[in-house]
Amino acid sequence: MSANAQLQRRPDESALWASQKAFDVERVRADFPILNERVHGRALVYLDNAATTQKPEAVIEAINHYYRHDNANIHRGVHLLSQRATDAYESARAAVQRFLNAQSSSEIVFVRGATEAINLVAQTYGRSHIVSGDEVLITAMEHHSNIVPWQILCEEKGAKLRVAPVNDRGELLLEKLEELLSSRTKIVSIAHVSNALGTVNPIRQIVRLAHSRGIPVIVDGAQAAPHLPIDVQDLDCDFYAFSGHKIYGPTGIGVLYGKAELLEEMPPFQGGGDMISSVTFEKTIYNKVPHKFEAGTPDISGVIGLGAAIAYIDNLGKASIAEHEDELLSYATAQLEKIPGIRLVGTAREKVGALSFVMEGVHPHDIGTILDQEGIAVRTGHHCAQPIMDRFGIPATVRASFGLYNTKAEIDSLAAGIEKVKEILV
Amino acid sequence: MADLRDLYQELILEHAKAPRNFRVLSAPASKAEGYNPLCGDRCSVYISMNEDVINEVAFQGSGCAISRASASMMTQALKGKTLEQADTLFRSFHNVVTGQGSDADKSQLGKLEVFSGISEFPARVKCATLAWHTVQAALHGNRESVTTE
Repeated sequence: MSANAQLQRRPDESALWASQKAFDVERVRADFPILNERVHGRALVYLDNAATTQKPEAVIEAINHYYRHDNANIHRGVHLLSQRATDAYESARAAVQRFLNAQSSSEIVFVRGATEAINLVAQTYGRSHIVSGDEVLITAMEHHSNIVPWQILCEEKGAKLRVAPVNDRGELLLEKLEELLSSRTKIVSIAHVSNALGTVNPIRQIVRLAHSRGIPVIVDGAQAAPHLPIDVQDLDCDFYAFSGHKIYGPTGIGVLYGKAELLEEMPPFQGGGDMISSVTFEKTIYNKVPHKFEAGTPDISGVIGLGAAIAYIDNLGKASIAEHEDELLSYATAQLEKIPGIRLVGTAREKVGALSFVMEGVHPHDIGTILDQEGIAVRTGHHCAQPIMDRFGIPATVRASFGLYNTKAEIDSLAAGIEKVKEILV
Repeated sequence: MADLRDLYQELILEHAKAPRNFRVLSAPASKAEGYNPLCGDRCSVYISMNEDVINEVAFQGSGCAISRASASMMTQALKGKTLEQADTLFRSFHNVVTGQGSDADKSQLGKLEVFSGISEFPARVKCATLAWHTVQAALHGNRESVTTE
């Protein structure tokens, strides 16, 4: 479903939407210092948001403020700075809880990113539930970070990785996925939004299908969190992973949401300080969740930066952002479809954020270099999703991906850049 | 400022569109596979020898204009070279495209000098060197697939 369709079914969000001021992209752009950069003498046109987003002043300033005024270790010191750092850290956890509509902040575990979140689940829940002959089900459109952790687990346990296929539009074949669910399936792990194609997967339906057979579902939300309102209780997924740097926060920080009862029964991921409540050489009692999964001094400034990013998004309103980005995607799709020789890869009916394409007779890398000379940043390559490239029989695509600060004028620049590519190479 | 015309020179574009020796050698003395994990490009190189002189080099694979042109022009440049001469040419080519080439290196290159503009585009150096790394593996009997990383 598109962001809009999802919102229309949710009166609370629609009301929020109605109360928002019109989205003023020029004002938003002024919040992002990097957008003043010039690239090869041209104004920067940043269309690589699916790789990482730029950071607003508010995020940069929150990190700066923390190191200048509050820096101390958390959960330990009795002194004032430690108290301030702990308060800032834990209030960011509460912000993430609201961002995902989780029931409790104890269900929010801070990790390095979506990749680490998935590895955490594979190495704890996975290792304690998967035995030889079991199966893990993923889809053909997963990022390597939602393939490799499961391959490692399956290899260790003698289990099997199964893959639900997609159609030529890049949409998941739900009936095939259902056929692959069996008594051997112990985990379903699936992208909310495909990073290479932009396809939005019907998570609620998949969760229903899996839960009716008692199978938990992990959602890789790295590409959904920046674009869609996320409600983990509504989705009813068991785990949800996302990265801070893709939602205008810093790199190196991410989130694993897990249902409390699952997190409680899972063994720890790493051992160390902060994840224990008492240690002797004979026996260690682990701390309660989420601290059980946060061994060692965490990325405190990263968590605070993430909290600032969520506050920034909340202030603009996720619904307004989604509306703006949907408009950009539709406009970009229409503009690129007009250019002869361009073929879109991934034409799902429900898409957000990204537009992948190839050009007849020209390799994506050459397109990327020429666009870069025009100041336009896009991603070219296999987008860490080689299996889906193989599915479409191509080694690579060009991907333009949009963020809340992008404009239609920038999409016009992209179209003009593609004409330049033709001039030089075709 | 780097100019795109320095990168996409006429000769490079011409070889990219119609690569020479773009085929499989049926009974090669050696072959090797190259892979650029950054972009997913693959390249297979086939070599036939006449005593210790390279008789023929051919290649297959998918890639960008730079990597196709580089592979194509490499197959021509290596024909008739000894192993030692091939190694020297590889070193000179590598030095030039990474911006460390001496005048002596440049004088070795002949037509391959059209690739010297790549040193201004560091992200593309690996495109130009993939086929060369692969040929090195084939010549020196390295059976592992080589990567540019």
